[in-house]
Amino acid sequence: MPKLRLGPKWRQSRIRNGLIQGLVLLLIGVAVVYFGANLVQNLQRLRLPFGFDFLFSKSGPSIGETLIEYSPTDNIARAFGVALLNTLRVVVLGIVLATVVGIGVGMARLSDNWLVRKLATFYVETLRNFPLLLQLLFWYLAVFLKLPTFENRIQLPGPIILSKNGVAFPWLKGNPATLPWILALAIGSVCAFLLWRYLIRLQIEQGRITFAGLWSLLLLVGIGGGAALFTQRFPFDVSLPYVDQRVVTGGLQLTSEFSALLLGLTLYTAAFIAEIVRAGIRSVSIGQSEAARALGLKPTLVMRFVVFPQALRVIVPPLTSQYLNLAKNSSLAVAVGYPDIYYVASASLEDTGRSVEIVLLLMAIYLTMSLLISILMNLYNRSIQLVER
Amino acid sequence: MPPKSPTPLSASSLLIWLRRNLFSTWYNSLLTVISLWIIYSGGRGLVQWMFSQAQWTVLKANLRLFFVGRFPIDQIWRVWLILMLVSAVTSLTVGVIQWSRTLPISMGLLTAISLGVVPLVGGQGPELVWVAAIGSVAVLNLLGGPWLKTHLSPRLLSRGLPAVWFLTAFIVLWLLMGGLGISSIRTSVWQGLLLTVVAALVSIALSFPLGVLLALGRRSPLPIIRTLSVLYIEVIRGLPLIGVLFVAGVMLPLILPSQVQLDAVFRAICGLTLFSAAYLAENVRGGLQSIPQGQIEAAKALGLNPMLVLGLVVLPQALRSVIPAIVGQFIGLFKDTSLLSIIGLVELTGVSRSVLSQPRFIGRHGEVYLFIGLLYWLFCYLMSLGSRRLERQLGVK
Repeated sequence: MPKLRLGPKWRQSRIRNGLIQGLVLLLIGVAVVYFGANLVQNLQRLRLPFGFDFLFSKSGPSIGETLIEYSPTDNIARAFGVALLNTLRVVVLGIVLATVVGIGVGMARLSDNWLVRKLATFYVETLRNFPLLLQLLFWYLAVFLKLPTFENRIQLPGPIILSKNGVAFPWLKGNPATLPWILALAIGSVCAFLLWRYLIRLQIEQGRITFAGLWSLLLLVGIGGGAALFTQRFPFDVSLPYVDQRVVTGGLQLTSEFSALLLGLTLYTAAFIAEIVRAGIRSVSIGQSEAARALGLKPTLVMRFVVFPQALRVIVPPLTSQYLNLAKNSSLAVAVGYPDIYYVASASLEDTGRSVEIVLLLMAIYLTMSLLISILMNLYNRSIQLVER
Repeated sequence: MPPKSPTPLSASSLLIWLRRNLFSTWYNSLLTVISLWIIYSGGRGLVQWMFSQAQWTVLKANLRLFFVGRFPIDQIWRVWLILMLVSAVTSLTVGVIQWSRTLPISMGLLTAISLGVVPLVGGQGPELVWVAAIGSVAVLNLLGGPWLKTHLSPRLLSRGLPAVWFLTAFIVLWLLMGGLGISSIRTSVWQGLLLTVVAALVSIALSFPLGVLLALGRRSPLPIIRTLSVLYIEVIRGLPLIGVLFVAGVMLPLILPSQVQLDAVFRAICGLTLFSAAYLAENVRGGLQSIPQGQIEAAKALGLNPMLVLGLVVLPQALRSVIPAIVGQFIGLFKDTSLLSIIGLVELTGVSRSVLSQPRFIGRHGEVYLFIGLLYWLFCYLMSLGSRRLERQLGVK
């Protein structure tokens, strides 16, 4: 049997692949060593030792808006904690609000009302095509800071108080009755859900209408009302904002910086989410909803049981990346002076000059946040995927 | 007997349209009324503001600042020359690739309108001459393109046009930076729209090849290369752009030898490129995944080596199928250049900040933001228009 000719040794794929990978590793190794050596040299030249002890030994920058107690005499680590909470506050609220607005606008783009459709299209096309930074600056400088000063504040019915310093509006406040009531409500929801499932099964098996939704709602209301009766007071106090010695007290008070950031992020991301929702709903073939209607389902039920669950499979993956974008874009807070992670990081860098450590910290925080959002959304995504039999 | 169908409406078609599209049900009527109210109050507020409260002098007084920032006034001819070169090459390309009867006419109209507008915003003789020259070169090229197409061989054209573009890019960079016979210009005077466009275009040109390489790396069978690509892409995609710019601004000077001084513009472009490449890589990967394995096997069976398979079979199809995604990414990059103002560069958004700090124009945020917003919008719109043309030209279904 003649021997197979394989050509020169380096042309054999196994050896060639090994060579290529070795070369890449070598190149990267050389680059790492070269840049690392430069880094060490430059840090020595600037007399900056490497280490994270400065986080606890030096005092942090001043922060205008905090959720937990903080004063500039506290250390930098605590400043980062405060900033992280600020970032999370805007990200979580932004995601919730952007989803609500986005679904609303996405539905409006599919409305059979011509005017509503055009209005929604205008919203999406305008908001998507201007830079987010410009929008944030607009909301902050041209809207919120153009409000009258606190002395000449605007008082809307509600009462809602508007001024340069921010917005205050009525809000619910917890009281001793809140916790038992919430617990009762949680148990009540579980019971109501179980009852609903049972009645639906009965309806499917026996073919008679069992009013499942009505009964479970009644149960929920009964448990909620019973708990409120038991604790002898309304589970929440309504806290109204009022002006007391030149400061606003009570209610929910939002600063101009926070409001501008939240509004800008929400409206911008909602424009993208609207397009995702629209594409998702359009992806469900028209035959599906026609078939459902032919079976006698009402339009709301067609949406709820036939179209939306299928659209969700198309919607969730791009929705995840929009949530990630929102979380990352929250770093633009620095442009409107809201003290988020990036703001505190760059302020601390100016105070201490510890660039490498702060860069690492910044990267670690954002990567963790992104990872967390992806994991949660992927879990959700898995739960709604098509189960094939 | 089948139920009677409703009597056809005897009113005019407009009324039928109104009924069908705006007042079909009670809630649609309600929605229509609410929408009309929104449009009315919003529109009234806008018109009132535009004609009675806004003071547009802030734009007229700072027009040069918005476009070229503090570019030396005696060197401003370079910017005009660049505009002329780019418009010439663009119109030539458009003329060669796609002959259109209307384009030269509309270009001529546009030039005429510009000639009318220039004196209104304070332009004088030289500006008028430049605008006229740029317009007529564009019209001539649009008309001459088809002639070139019939008289030169397609082979020469398909080689020649990219070469001309390449050459233009170098001439533009030379004109911007100076040296080699003309006085050199520091990058710190690149400002305004000029800096926005330069930063966006250079980052686009650099990040595209990097993105394709990363996408190929991510799909490579070699484990080390794949792991490194995945690591790079995922880390960059987990960070906000401002964080990447921060890292590039802070870390680049530290990891380079102390003799090398990178100025702020180049550091920013590095950051933008590194950031954009990771996102492009994901888009290109989508295109690569859409190529059926049979294509690659067929190409191999024809005896093509891996490089040729990639260059002649896989990449042309893969890239063509993801043009919208890639252009979308470029548009995003263009909008993202506004973030350079946070790290201290004076591009379009940065210029608006310095204009708004002039004592004469304090509080004129609405006017300035509307104007630069429209500039951003115009460029994004042109890019998406170009992408749609390109798609049609390449026959993407």
